[in-house]
Amino acid sequence: MDAILLQILNGLDKGGAYALIALGLTLIFGTLGVVNFAHGALFMLGAFCAVSLQQLLTLSKRIKDESVTFFDAYKEVPYLKIWFGDFGDTIIDYSVPLAIILAIPVMLLIGLAMERGLIRFFYKRSHAEQILVTFGLAIVLQEIIKAIFGANPIPQPPPDVVAGSADIGLLFGLGQGVVYPWWRLVYLAFSLVVIGLVFAFLQFTTFGMVVRAGMQDRETVGLLGINIERRFTIVFGIAAVVAGLAGVMYTPILPPDYHMGMDFLVLSFVVVVVGGMGSLPGAVTAGFLLGILQSFASMTEVKAIIPGIDQIIIYLVAVVILLVRPRGLLGRKGVMES
Amino acid sequence: MVKFPNGFSRRTVLKGGAALTGAAMAPTVFVRHAFGAEFRNNPGSNATVPFGFNVPQTGAYADEGADELRAYQLAVKHINGEGDGGMLNTMTPKALKGNGILGKKVTYVTGDTQTKSDAARASARRMIEKDGVIMYSGGSSSGVAIAQQSLAQEMGIVFMCGLTHSNDTTGKDKRRYGFRHFFNAYMSGAALGPVLEKEMGADRRAYHLTADYTWGWTQEESIKNTTEGLGWETVAAVKTPLGAGDFSQYITPVLNSGADVLILNHYGKDMVNSLTQAVQFGLRDKQANGKNFEIVVPLFSRLMAQGAGENIKGILGSTNWNWSLQDAGSQAFVKSFGQEYGFPPSQAAHTCYVQALLYANACETAGTFYPPEVIKALEGFEFDGMGNGKTLYRAEDHQCFKDVLVVRGNQNPTSQFDLLEVVQEVPRSQVEYDPSIFGGELGPYEA
Repeated sequence: MDAILLQILNGLDKGGAYALIALGLTLIFGTLGVVNFAHGALFMLGAFCAVSLQQLLTLSKRIKDESVTFFDAYKEVPYLKIWFGDFGDTIIDYSVPLAIILAIPVMLLIGLAMERGLIRFFYKRSHAEQILVTFGLAIVLQEIIKAIFGANPIPQPPPDVVAGSADIGLLFGLGQGVVYPWWRLVYLAFSLVVIGLVFAFLQFTTFGMVVRAGMQDRETVGLLGINIERRFTIVFGIAAVVAGLAGVMYTPILPPDYHMGMDFLVLSFVVVVVGGMGSLPGAVTAGFLLGILQSFASMTEVKAIIPGIDQIIIYLVAVVILLVRPRGLLGRKGVMES
Repeated sequence: MVKFPNGFSRRTVLKGGAALTGAAMAPTVFVRHAFGAEFRNNPGSNATVPFGFNVPQTGAYADEGADELRAYQLAVKHINGEGDGGMLNTMTPKALKGNGILGKKVTYVTGDTQTKSDAARASARRMIEKDGVIMYSGGSSSGVAIAQQSLAQEMGIVFMCGLTHSNDTTGKDKRRYGFRHFFNAYMSGAALGPVLEKEMGADRRAYHLTADYTWGWTQEESIKNTTEGLGWETVAAVKTPLGAGDFSQYITPVLNSGADVLILNHYGKDMVNSLTQAVQFGLRDKQANGKNFEIVVPLFSRLMAQGAGENIKGILGSTNWNWSLQDAGSQAFVKSFGQEYGFPPSQAAHTCYVQALLYANACETAGTFYPPEVIKALEGFEFDGMGNGKTLYRAEDHQCFKDVLVVRGNQNPTSQFDLLEVVQEVPRSQVEYDPSIFGGELGPYEA
């Protein structure tokens, strides 16, 4: 029973990341009609906002390291520690949550620049051309990150207060000893909050209402004198922020490296297709569903029956969905069905 | 007498012909270095001789590749008599004179393997055919090393493996034109066994997570053989896809499996991720079967330890070499490398540096660049002063045998580089094995 609970939590956790990325992808596809293969790179850029802030907070004074005698080596003591003592250490400890504050404006700017600087020139081009250009952009972005930060993963520890594991067994009546990392629970809660905020924004604000109307019928909204293009540009920025925040908070789970965006991109696209292209609830539902399925498929008992199922389960589901219901689980009728 | 119009007589022609025939039939053994004047990329009378350094410059192992390249550049300097000479001052026996090889200065070209077999072979082929390299070298993945080694045999150019740890490289996939200085999974198992028994006892239940490719398979097999030999039980051995990223779905089943040791047969990014996540899931604080739960990472590197941060502390593993070794050869190399780049070399850098020097020395010993003779000079070559004590390049499988280090993530590092603590230097005799156990054929000397 506890094994099942842990796999559900794993699935929800992973699903949270898929859902956040897929949500942004769907927003962009639903509003601008663009298939954005650079969306994984936005997730990665978000993660590197956390890395950048950590490196900024740990800017250090070089002091000769007397313990290394073979050659001149230096150790680094962070200025924050020199200036503020233990308080400086606390600030560094909270670098990941603090990176959220940095990531929101940075990712918004990156998103707007991307849309205005490149993507808008491809609105009227075919999906194949959109995929090529955005994929190329993703490669350029990841190579820039690699040139600056190197290819090795860079560890981003969570704050000490949530670094350990929570004894969730007691909570679910399974007794002691069933543990789950605190930070993963924080991530799950965070992804649910962000998803809730995006839906609330689209549902309960005038801006959101116009965007939803534009997603339904762009021409009519334009005929009413509303500058729908500008709103869609902002939506692109919001999607970039959502992906970026997902990246920031994922860094203690997966030490970021330049390639992490690509690792998530393909899976997130499958999530969008399974959920239904352009359907926001579909993206979220499919994200969590596929995350859970992937976790269960990795169980030893399941793999004993179907070896290797963990590596193909997501694609298998996608194939079945595309055959049985091409528009996806919650997709609009007509989309992807022609 | 028949006279040819140009003045030659028939007798002159016959005499000349007989002389030529005699010269051609004379036993070449009396004429030093007369063998095979023609072979691929023979430098002939050129003043320089090019090496090819084919390392991962992009992809997951790019940082390791960069360190390998630094080491190669330093090796070329030292071979050419520049810098402080590094291990050339400690290597014995040594034929190199510090003036290049056979009086020719060494130059080099570089390539990017991308840690992909196809890309590595294409890059190596370019080096051989376009740049005319006399030897190429590089590493960081066993699959890539095996692919390049097989190309070396086809092309008749020696490949000095960089970092490759699979038993297959000098086992079933060994080649006459491929040589490995780095240790292998079998040796890791043999070295770790007694230490594991001493630290964890003989009654343990192990759970393996294994990278699903040649290196992971051979490492799992070797470690399983060792631990089961100690009396440990293997609870499960689960293959994980290369580059899985999030290993949580593979780690949670460990929690309730009844295992009390997790063995991570992962390297590079996979190892950093799986170890980080295993620690996050509380495995290091867990009690199982009345014992402390333990994690073992059979193949360690300092670069990986940097990536894993705090999580590596206290974890046992093995490594080919570590910069903290106190022998004269290691110290000379660390000093040269540190002065050049400002930080100590990794184990990948060490093996690449040594390989470049060993090849150069073999050419100097053989007195030629002719590959079959260079290969013979390397086969059975026993040397010292290059770290890890007396080392043998075994002729039967082209595997180096030397002391192996069992290390632990340093709990109390004294410097930013002091990430691994050497627990034991396991003597060479303890990690030796019969070459026939892994099969394979070296192939002919003449490619």
